[in-house]
Amino acid sequence: MSLTEKDKAAVKALWAKVSKVVDTVGGEALGRMLLVYPQTKTYFSHWPDLTPGSEPVMVHGKLILGGVTEAVSKIDNLSGGLLELSELHAFKLRVDPSNFKILAQSFMVVIATMFPKDFTPETHVAFDKFLAAVALGLSEKYR
Amino acid sequence: MVAWTDFERATIKDIFSKIDYEVVGPAAISRFLIVYPWTQRYFAGFGNLYNAAVVMQGLEKVVKNMDNIKATFTELSTLHSEKLQVDPDNFMSCSFDCLAIVVAAQLGKDFTPEVHAAFQKFLAVVVSSLRRQYY
Repeated sequence: MSLTEKDKAAVKALWAKVSKVVDTVGGEALGRMLLVYPQTKTYFSHWPDLTPGSEPVMVHGKLILGGVTEAVSKIDNLSGGLLELSELHAFKLRVDPSNFKILAQSFMVVIATMFPKDFTPETHVAFDKFLAAVALGLSEKYR
Repeated sequence: MVAWTDFERATIKDIFSKIDYEVVGPAAISRFLIVYPWTQRYFAGFGNLYNAAVVMQGLEKVVKNMDNIKATFTELSTLHSEKLQVDPDNFMSCSFDCLAIVVAAQLGKDFTPEVHAAFQKFLAVVVSSLRRQYY
């Protein structure tokens, strides 16, 4: 299920709009994920506050968004371009890769609430494929 | 038995009172047919997508019977497993993830993380009930 040129164009167009609100989209997606899929809280037990909108969540959300922005810039080579991030997730964070899909869904819900007219079915399928490819790139170094 | 908080009950009823079934049903189905094209295998006999409102009516049945969802869905579960032969992995990952996105787009900022969490719990219970009659 590799990204077509049409998919890549759709992702870049969507991201151009989303990246104007990077400050909040990442934090919103992360906070939402922690509340809607509480099993994901196990990765953040060292934070004092896991509620949506809290400082650790919003700060970390911005970091994650930066990672996705980097992935958009490397959309032509996600398996090779995310090796450092993959090593981080594989050896240091040890996030079970099944969680990448959960965060992806949370991102898409946030984008749907903020950009309902832009998140058409065609954009949705392109972005879903893109996030799946990012997840694969992040999983590259796991084993 | 599923334990629903007062907030969850009120939220689910509220969501279903706000969305237009004639719009959301077809929108959700046509969306997942595009996003997950392999699901098209199940819809050759479905007819006009405007009948997709029946899916929303099925969900509405659950809203009216939140304390007895398993029984409410026995017939529908048998339908999906024996007649339609739908792979149950599709329920959440394809159809209900898309439904959450369509509802999110409809409700915008009213689809807060707390409302989203209640809706997700509701969908998880529906999926579990739909899976019950598979063997």
